[in-house]
Amino acid sequence: MESQNPNHAISPSATTASNGDSVFANIAKAPEDPILGVTVAYNKDSSPIKLNLGVGAYRTEEGKPLVLNVVRRAEQLLVNDPSRVKEYLPITGLADFNKLSAKLIFGADSPAIQENRVATVQCLSGTGSLRVGAEFLAKHYHQNSIYIPQPTWGNHPKVFTMAGLSPKYYRYYDPETRGLNFQGLLEDLSSAPSGAIVLLHACAHNPTGVDPTVEQWEQIRQLIRSKGLLPFFDSAYQGFASGSLDADAQSVRIFVADGGECLAAQSYAKNMGLYGERVGALSIVCRTADVASRVESQLKLVIRPMYSNPPIHGASIVATILKDRDMYNEWTIELKAMADRIISMRQQLFDALRDRGTPGDWSHIIKQIGMFTFTGLNTEQVAFMTKEYHIYMTSDGRISMAGLSSRTVPHLADAIHAAVTRIV
Amino acid sequence: MKSGVVWRCLRRRSMSTSVIDWWDNVGIAPKDPILSITEAYFADSSPRKINLGVGAYRDDEGKPVVLQCVRDAQAKIAGCEFLESLSRQGSMKLVDESVKLAYGESSDVVKEGRFAGVQALSGTGACRLFAEFQRRFRPEAQIYLPAPTWSNHRNIWRDAQVPQRTFRYYNLESKILHFEALMDDVKNAPNYSFFLLHPCAHNPTGVDPTEEQWREISYQFKVKNHFPFFDMAYQGFASGDLDRDAQAIRIFLNDGHLIGCAQSFAKNMGLYGQRVGCLSILCKDAKQAISVKSQLQQIARAMYSNPPVYGALLVSTILDDPDLRNLWVKELKVMADRIIKIRAVLRKNLLELGSPLNWDHITNQVGMFCYSGLTPEQVDQLTNKFHIYMTRDGRISMAGVTTENVAYLANAIHKVTKSGKES
Repeated sequence: MESQNPNHAISPSATTASNGDSVFANIAKAPEDPILGVTVAYNKDSSPIKLNLGVGAYRTEEGKPLVLNVVRRAEQLLVNDPSRVKEYLPITGLADFNKLSAKLIFGADSPAIQENRVATVQCLSGTGSLRVGAEFLAKHYHQNSIYIPQPTWGNHPKVFTMAGLSPKYYRYYDPETRGLNFQGLLEDLSSAPSGAIVLLHACAHNPTGVDPTVEQWEQIRQLIRSKGLLPFFDSAYQGFASGSLDADAQSVRIFVADGGECLAAQSYAKNMGLYGERVGALSIVCRTADVASRVESQLKLVIRPMYSNPPIHGASIVATILKDRDMYNEWTIELKAMADRIISMRQQLFDALRDRGTPGDWSHIIKQIGMFTFTGLNTEQVAFMTKEYHIYMTSDGRISMAGLSSRTVPHLADAIHAAVTRIV
Repeated sequence: MKSGVVWRCLRRRSMSTSVIDWWDNVGIAPKDPILSITEAYFADSSPRKINLGVGAYRDDEGKPVVLQCVRDAQAKIAGCEFLESLSRQGSMKLVDESVKLAYGESSDVVKEGRFAGVQALSGTGACRLFAEFQRRFRPEAQIYLPAPTWSNHRNIWRDAQVPQRTFRYYNLESKILHFEALMDDVKNAPNYSFFLLHPCAHNPTGVDPTEEQWREISYQFKVKNHFPFFDMAYQGFASGDLDRDAQAIRIFLNDGHLIGCAQSFAKNMGLYGQRVGCLSILCKDAKQAISVKSQLQQIARAMYSNPPVYGALLVSTILDDPDLRNLWVKELKVMADRIIKIRAVLRKNLLELGSPLNWDHITNQVGMFCYSGLTPEQVDQLTNKFHIYMTRDGRISMAGVTTENVAYLANAIHKVTKSGKES
């Protein structure tokens, strides 16, 4: 069949490298992710005293990433099992993993689980669980507003927007007290339209480390239920915040206990140190088992066109650990050790600032919980600390306590002291 | 005051349990046409059952296979420190090795870094990332999908909100490529259209263009300024030769197209559940590649932040180690050869049974699937009477056929088709 081109020459094509341009020629470089960009900058720095307090990945006293012993054991078991194959998981993921994850967050004795009212699907860590949940809501829920705390993890608004939801903010952090703006929170949620989705950090709020008290959680629950708002929990630090898996799940459990519905995104990135394996779960607690079953079937339709089925490796490790009593206990011990080290760093930093007579009230360092401290330092002070002291953190003044050690606390305290006294 | 508060709290509690049926509108979703076959198969207790549904390789005993090169790679990385930097390196290495596989070791595009490459969640994830990217930066564009194509392609571009059209591909009558119709559709599409192409082992038909036909398609794409997006899920699996299976891509490359390519290691490395793949988009220069890559990473960040480490480490370990790589190439050929051989056996059996129909397509088609031409009703009969499971479009996963079951399968097909009526 002859070509229809009368010249027999190839006309300039937008897709040729030689005489044309790409169809994507007008694409600008995306801005660096503000959190991950900190590590990029840190890596470029050649100073021997540099300190990375940016991304929230746990580090040991020696400043090294940590693979939990129990994780290594689980991996060995998996590798040594010749019967294991790498076939596709079902769309919803590893069944054992899903059941165990639901029990972990809701409690093994949760009526919602016993009554089969929970639809749980394995997803790619917390981010993936949030995205799948949000896309499900965008497709099936009558309201597409999601209220997120001010401030929140930088990726939250992007995940929700890309999923088709519309993020709105509720007041959360009080810069004056460096604590919770509870009044503001209650007011903003009260004025949310009925049925709006509310994102709640289950514990160890990121980036502030400020959590409601038990009493405040109860009030939040009552308000949310009375307004018919739909709670969506992001649980990225269960066990990591206080050292107790049950204590860190209390906020979620009081909502489930009242018989109402909610969503919960779980991540094993921090509490099992499985960051890169992308292990997480999305649970939707429904009123009836029938609804849960229908909801699960619809979740599959969200997942299939995203990545077909989730990765097997990390979930297998988690399931291996959670279902074995010894390994589970070993895990809780290692988890508590990580949480305790963070708590100890907080105390050490607080003491160091006090010893230096650094102006200001630094008690928030020991009041806040979890991996991060919202120092209250401003962007100029942060920039100063990076330039003069080679300390890397996000420009909102958030530091990852996990990146500190007894050895480096004095250096950080010096830097904060200098920043606060020289730059106002 | 306190009791008033308590009473209001109690009233609110009871309000929380009054029924507002938020999910009333949530109907039960239709089952995935491919994955639900396996579910049904597992529920069947017949000892003769055969699963010809999903495209996962089986050996001649009907068992799933973990390649030896994969086991060796696993042993090699077991006990490694899973440092975050290692995972980053593993991901970058995966991308580097993937693009070399697709475009050729000595390709200029690769050497000069004129590509934006990111690790993706197998083929599905790579396609979805591209679809989202296309939507964001070419919002007016549609995607042309071949008729037929893998059913999930439609879901992927739909969920990315990219309108879709089809171009003619498979000739139902003759069971071969409908080349003239394909070229007509390519010519009649508006300039600058986006097309999805299967570079080898077309799923579900197993029908691929010849080398000459690919050259003509590439030429016409240049005339029309179309964007070619390749979904390569079976490199090495189709013919047994990695370079040969990438030939279509190399033709387009040589013609100067700036293509996009989704790659999967699910089948050719047997890494199904690990979800390892790569998305690459060729760019005008390295600078543009940086921009495009940064945008792809943004899209991925809002979906799952980062891809899983383990599978990428396995792939990069294998491809980086000459011995493991050689072993892989051998094992890949064994898999491809088994499929080619069992196709011949199935066809031979049908001829020997005296089937009145033409079964040439069984051996003419390429890759894991045979588009048998069976009607949905005939498929249902195969399932209900013979416990043979396949998708209702008549697509057979040849990987599920073994020396042991091929006679039973041929007999069953013969029984349901011997009236000669076939679509």
